[in-house]
Order: sequence, then C-alpha cells, then structure tokens
Amino acid sequence: MFSKIMVPVDISHPGQLTRALTAAADLGRHYGAEVCYVAVTSSAPGTLGHTPDEARGHLAEFSEAQAAAHGHRACCHLALSHDPAVDLDRTLLAAIEETGADLVVMASHVPGWADSFTGSHGGHLAAEAKVSVFVVRGE
Amino acid sequence: MADDSTNQGIPEPEGAADLIETDYEIGQDNVEGNVGPFGFDIHNPVFMISGLSIVAFVFYALALPDQATAVFSWLFSSVTKGFDWFFLGAANIFVLFCLFLIVSPFGSIRLGGADATPDYSYVGWFAMLFAAGMGIGLMFFGVSEPMSHFSSSLGGTTVEDGVRTDWAPLGAAGGDEVAAQRLGMAATIFHWGLHPWAIYAVVALALALFTYNKGLPLTLRSAFYPIFGERVWGWTGHIIDTLAVFATLFGLATSLGFGAEQAASGLTYLYGSGDAAEGTRAFLGIPYGNTEESGVANSGTLLVLLISAITAVALISVVRGLDGGVKVLSEINMGLAGLLLIFVFFVGGPIFLLTLFFDSLWAYLQNLIPLSNPFGREDVNFSQGWTSFYWAWWISWSPFVGMFIARVSRGRSVREFLICVLLIPSMVCVLWMSVFGGTAINQVVADGYTQAKDAALELKLFYMLDPLPLATITSTIGIVLVIVFFVTSSDSGSLVIDTITAGGKVDAPVSQRVFWCIFEGAVAIVLLVGGGLASLQSAVISTGLPFTLVLLVMCWAIFRGLQSERS
Repeated sequence: MFSKIMVPVDISHPGQLTRALTAAADLGRHYGAEVCYVAVTSSAPGTLGHTPDEARGHLAEFSEAQAAAHGHRACCHLALSHDPAVDLDRTLLAAIEETGADLVVMASHVPGWADSFTGSHGGHLAAEAKVSVFVVRGE
Repeated sequence: MADDSTNQGIPEPEGAADLIETDYEIGQDNVEGNVGPFGFDIHNPVFMISGLSIVAFVFYALALPDQATAVFSWLFSSVTKGFDWFFLGAANIFVLFCLFLIVSPFGSIRLGGADATPDYSYVGWFAMLFAAGMGIGLMFFGVSEPMSHFSSSLGGTTVEDGVRTDWAPLGAAGGDEVAAQRLGMAATIFHWGLHPWAIYAVVALALALFTYNKGLPLTLRSAFYPIFGERVWGWTGHIIDTLAVFATLFGLATSLGFGAEQAASGLTYLYGSGDAAEGTRAFLGIPYGNTEESGVANSGTLLVLLISAITAVALISVVRGLDGGVKVLSEINMGLAGLLLIFVFFVGGPIFLLTLFFDSLWAYLQNLIPLSNPFGREDVNFSQGWTSFYWAWWISWSPFVGMFIARVSRGRSVREFLICVLLIPSMVCVLWMSVFGGTAINQVVADGYTQAKDAALELKLFYMLDPLPLATITSTIGIVLVIVFFVTSSDSGSLVIDTITAGGKVDAPVSQRVFWCIFEGAVAIVLLVGGGLASLQSAVISTGLPFTLVLLVMCWAIFRGLQSERS
C-alpha cells in the first residue's frame, strides 16, 4: 500500500519522537516500505551540526541506528531552509515531493488552547499534503 | 595544522572543511522550556542580562530623567567630540581594508565554502541589506542633509576666539553657489557612501566568515575566536553579545520613537492643519545648527498608535519569516523607493540631475581625503558634530545590520560580497542624494523656492515634493516608505536580537522573536510617553566607541580567518 514513508525528525529531541518512530518502523516493516527520516535545518551552524554536511552525517547515523534497531529499510534527507523556525511546514511539504514519499508519519504534541490560533506542524501537513499523513500524538 | 600553543587563533583547515575545532556545541548553554503554550530556547545568561539591563536603563531614564539626560549627554558629547580622531581614523581603516580585500586574492574565497551557492538572488539580497541598513535615513536626509551643507557652505566661515563657529564642511564656499552645492553634495555623500557601508561590511564579513566557513554560531562573539580562543564562550563573549543586544534594541526603540514622531508630522502636514510644520524633534537627534526642541505638534495618542501599528506589521513580518515577511517587505519598499526616485529624477530635470550626479561624484572624490582627515581639522563643528556623530551612529548600528547582512549572504565570494555591500550601495546613495538633494537645492538656486530649505528636518522631503506634479500622491508614497522602512528595520532587528539571545540558533521558537518585537515597541512607547528617548539615544550612540575597538579587532580576525581559508 505504501512504498516510502517520510518521518520528519528533530534529532536533538529524540525523546519526543519515540511513538512516531515506532509507528513508522512498524508500518515500514508491515508494508515493506522504506522509511525516510527527514530533518530541516538552516545553512547556518546549528544543533544538528556546524555545516549542512555535518548535519547530513548526523542524520545518516540516526537513520542507520533506527534501521538497525527496528529492522526496516531506511534512508534520510536533509532539507535546508532559510528560516526553519517559520518555514518548517513549507519545507516539509517540499520534502514530500523531493523524497517521493507516499505516507508521512509525524510526531505531534497534544493540542492546547494556543493551537486554536497557530495550529501544529502535523496539523498543517495533514491539511495540505497530497499524500496520507499519520499524526502521532505524544503519550 | 596551526600550532595552537603559540596562537589561540584559528587552526589551519583540515581536509575539505575549514572548520574551527572547538568543543563548544551550539545551544549547549541554552535553556529550553515552555511558558504556557509558548516554547523558548534562550542563551543563559545573555538573554536574562540583556533583558534586565534594558529594563533597568528604561527605569533609570524614567525615574531620574534630568540626571539621565545629563549623564548620557555628557557621555555622548565626550565620545563624539573627544574621540573624533579615533572614529575618523578607524572608519578610514575600514574602507581601506575592504578595498584591499576586493583586489587581493582573498576576494575569491567563497562564504560557505568553495562549492556554496548563494541563498538569495541579487534583487532579494540587495533589497534586504539596503532596507535594514539605511533605507529610513535616506528618506529623511535625502533632502535635508545636502541642503544643510549647501546652506552652511554658502554662509562661509565665522571665527570667534580663533575657533570656527560655523557648521560648514572644510573651508566652506562663502557666497559661491556652485562651489557650495558641490561641497554640500560631497559632504553628504561622504556620510552616506563608502565609510558607513565599510563599517557594515566589516561586521557582516566577519560574522559570515566565522559562521559559514568556520562553523561557529551566528553571534557577535564568534568573530573574536581568533583573539580570545575558547574564552569567547565564557563571560568575554557574554559581554560582547549583551552589548550588541543593548545597542540594537535601544537603537531600534529610539529610532522607532523618533520615526513615529516624524511619520506623524508628515501625516499632519499632508492631511491635518499643517501645525506640524513647526517641527518635532530632530530625527535621531542629529546635531543641527539649532538644537533646541521645538513644540511637538503630534498628540501622544497618534504616536502610540503609529508605533503600535508599525510594531504590529513588523510582528506579522517576523512571524512570516525571512522569506515570507522580511524579504517581501524589503522588495516592496525598494520597488516603491525606486519609483519615487525615477519620478523625481524625471520631473526634477533629468539632464540637470544626471550632470549633478557625476559632478557630485567627482566632488566627493576630490574632497574625500580632506573630509576623512582625522587630525588638525579647522571645521570642528562639522567634523565632530556631523562626521564623528555619523560614524558613531553607524558603528553602534553595525552589530545589527552586519549580523543581518551576514545571515543573508551565504554563498557569495568575498569580492562579490564587498562590491555589493560597499560599492553598489554607495553608488545608490550618491544617486539618491543627487536626485533628492539636487532637486531641492535647484529649487532654491533656480526658482527661489525656499520652503524646503526653511522647513523642519522631517518635513523637507514633503516640501521638496510639493511644487512637483502629483505632490499628494508622491508625499503619501513618502510616508508609506518611511513607515515600511521602519518595519523592515524593526523585523530584521528582532530576528537579530533573537538569534544573539538564543546563542546563535536561528531555529529558536517563533514566540521569542515575537517577544523581542513587542518588547522593542513597548520600550519605544514607554520612552516616548515618559520622556527619555533622546537621552537613551545618546547612550546608544556612545556605544559606538567600544564597538569601534571591536570592529578594529574584527579586521584582524577577518584577515586571520581568510588566511587560513587560503592555506
């Protein structure tokens, strides 16, 4: 049913991703799909690495560790944005096209009152993406 | 590999990457959490120290206004008058340094690595650096400054007790209209040409180099790594960053306050009873022959509403981000400014203005050396009251503008960067000043129309436009430009402050930049209502002195950084 599953990740906060990562890995194994971990960063040095290349390396390590732990096929994609704090949704939507994913599995927080105004990234993606989006709430 | 034991500076690049090896992880000193539904990710202690010291300064200015005014005025006067030679000399060094880099082999080094591609097109990039850097100043001084220097030059020199008391540049041009016009244009271009842009370029190049080529966080302290080594991550760096936040926020808040007064004057002039022609305070406290404050014709409510409106638009812009907000507004503004320039050029007399443009450029080059001479100046009022003030002002703004330029300049070669940050904006300034100032001077000389000459500083532009066709439309565009240029300074300033107080992280939660944008508007309103804008602005400009040292050190850091890139 699905051949490529995109999982947006912020690998500096892996604790918040556990349920989404597990769900994506299970789906990947079930459908024999490749799981593609996508991180968004700017070209300026950040927590992911001092350069985009370094960030790409860290993301690849993360992806390999997930594949080894869960036994699914994995790949990764680093999406660059001028202003990741704001352009995250737009960058992820573009990443769906770039990776050719047909399912997105994305971690999201339990909505609070502020989400009535701003919404969540998972919510935006589900509203706008052409592919299926599985928004996984935290515990 | 460089020997780190003898030099705390930059290790030589290893392999393909030229990164500085440091154990410091970006964000390692940051505190993350939530206030209600809003996340934060702030540098400890830069965020708290800068926030609290700003609040403390505002309280001081409000609680003891007379004392604050006296202290800061004294500081301001001592800095611009006592250290005029230092500002003038340092600014010359920055220009020469930039010109040297353009022609040197260092020019081919690319910011972001040899294979980096530019983040922005020329149009978007240029619009952003211009809108943040001096767009607003051109609106106010485009007419007034050439006119001021023209008038003072025409008036000749006056000497009392062996000291020049006139405000004319160099030896003045008493009674000679043509010479006075040339000298006036040369002096204006001097203040808006190579020197200010070299100041911005030095800061921007240092930050871009150490961020994109050396892998250090995008904050001011990173440029000091060659000097202080690992100590920049400690209190040395905290102080540098805090000072930058302080200068940026107060610079923006005071400009926002004064700018609102002037936009209100313009609106009153156009749509009100005309009382505002009596004038408000001088924009940014520029020392102007007569410095006494005239009656403020604008009601406090209108001003507070204007600041709130400017802040609200800036808020939308920062929330929409660099591409969706800041860049779009900058491009709109540059387009509008371009249209206004073309309009005035054609109705003001294209042949006359074109001739004036080249003549002014030539006059600038002829007078460049005497105008930039730091020692033994006879025109003390001009060199201390105008030039030294301007240099301190540009330098106190340079952390903000420089950091913003750095943020959007990845992928350019050093040569391309310097040509586009130094030479092209300088030429645009020459063109702008020639067209706006030249038209106004021509109105006096050829037509005997002296309203623009006699008007209050912030209204000169509108009085210059008045006798031209479609004056209501062009004046309205003028006011829109003034307001939107404030927005583009305010939003880019909020981005810069947020990045510094987040330890160089550019992906900190959006709520933080919202906080800084509102904080800046609130400080402006509090100072405007409570008084104290002028005194705090004196304090900001005084930070130009320590920052001049900082910039000189940066030149050395850039040189070392580029050397290691080459090898």
